[in-house]
Amino acid sequence: MEDRQQVNRDLAKMLKGGVIMDVVNADQARIAEAAGAVAVMALERVPADIRKQGGVARMSDPRLIKEIQAAVSIPVMAKARIGHIVEARVLEALQVDYIDESEVLTPADDRYHIDKAAFQVPFVCGARNLGEALRRIGEGAAMIRTKGEAGTGDIVEAVRHLRTLFEEIRQVAKAPREELMTMAKEMGAPYDLVLYVHQHGRLPVVNFSAGGVATPADAALMMTLGAEGVFVGSGIFKSADPAARARAIVKAVTCWQDPVAIAAASEGLGEPMAGIDTRAMDEAARYAPRGV
Amino acid sequence: MTAMRVGVLGLQGGVAEHLAMLRPIEGVVAGSFMRVSELERLDAVILPGGESTAMGKLLAEFGLLEPLAARIAGGLPVWGTCAGLILLAKDISNDQRHHLAVMDITVDRNAYGRQLHSFIGAELIAGLPGGPFPLVFIRAPRITRLGPGVQALAKVAGEPVACRQVNMVATAFHPELSGDDRFHRWFVELARTAQTGIASRKP
Repeated sequence: MEDRQQVNRDLAKMLKGGVIMDVVNADQARIAEAAGAVAVMALERVPADIRKQGGVARMSDPRLIKEIQAAVSIPVMAKARIGHIVEARVLEALQVDYIDESEVLTPADDRYHIDKAAFQVPFVCGARNLGEALRRIGEGAAMIRTKGEAGTGDIVEAVRHLRTLFEEIRQVAKAPREELMTMAKEMGAPYDLVLYVHQHGRLPVVNFSAGGVATPADAALMMTLGAEGVFVGSGIFKSADPAARARAIVKAVTCWQDPVAIAAASEGLGEPMAGIDTRAMDEAARYAPRGV
Repeated sequence: MTAMRVGVLGLQGGVAEHLAMLRPIEGVVAGSFMRVSELERLDAVILPGGESTAMGKLLAEFGLLEPLAARIAGGLPVWGTCAGLILLAKDISNDQRHHLAVMDITVDRNAYGRQLHSFIGAELIAGLPGGPFPLVFIRAPRITRLGPGVQALAKVAGEPVACRQVNMVATAFHPELSGDDRFHRWFVELARTAQTGIASRKP
């Protein structure tokens, strides 16, 4: 493995057991850092606002990204549209620590993702299942997040995607070796990465959970199911008391095995974000099926 | 030989990687810890890489700052990697915050730049046989001052990247990510010597 690929995968290991929070400006970034976030994700609008306001969602204004970088010392990630090579090059030029090639923004390419191996800066990408995760890793992603359904505050899709990923990893791990090529063909995944999963029983990169976390208990649930950390988008800054909720979610991720601590962290946080029941959503309103 | 109980601070970060390095070492029982009651039973502690601001905040919330600082002052062998080094440092440049503040060094956080500047090298480390050791630097802190009692163990471009002050060891790089267990074995030996020393001083 090349040094650059290794240090990019290694940075994600340092984020494990932590919470990465969506922020749209420097003030939110400071709140996130003070609450104990391990990184912030810069984007133009949080997913709940993208849903409400509609229109095309794009990369943030570079000035806002620079202000966020100046405001905090934790890693700063930023979102680029799927397939938008130039947004990603701009983010690399801004020296963000991680680029999220994200289905939450409006895709720029409905057929191809970015050739992430051509970049020095690492990428995180979303996935709903093992095939999707391995395709992104094959393109050069150094970290995966299961997608969930961003901006809904409904945890069911995050649970479905994480469970699906682990179920498929278990199938590959226990399959006889002669079945692996057919599995690779059927899930549309590179054979060498299927072989890695077969041999190691896990992805070759860190996997966080995203898309729907609104409460400390939601975050701890994803840790319980095997996520190595959690992304929280609208769940924090669309709630009544973002600072308190951010602290509580960090605490719950650290103490995911301790219900007494989660209970204490969950007390008196005020209103969570208003949710959307994903079962009632139109297919076209879903972000997760974008860029698979 | 009694088992050496090594605890990796389990609040956040590269915990599993340290445990995977420690577990094959004979005579070592390794686990993660995040409670004061767990700290009391340990013979040596590793503070892993991660985000120092997040870890420092959680250390305070879990009531670990003072008990851990007191045990280290009392001679508990401790090794901080990257963020763990920042937790140990007495002074952090351009930052009023400090955490355990037990080791007489000054560090500059993320001084090697952003993720684009993370790199892998190799250098000889004092006391470590077997040739150059792989050095994995990830958004690494820079050690800008060593106090009089602190010894540099390795340097990159003339600057210290690993140092020791009696029972305290700090590395700006990540041996737990290097696939080479020599540094972990060396730390366990250091801890074992300290343990024997403490035991022999008992009346």
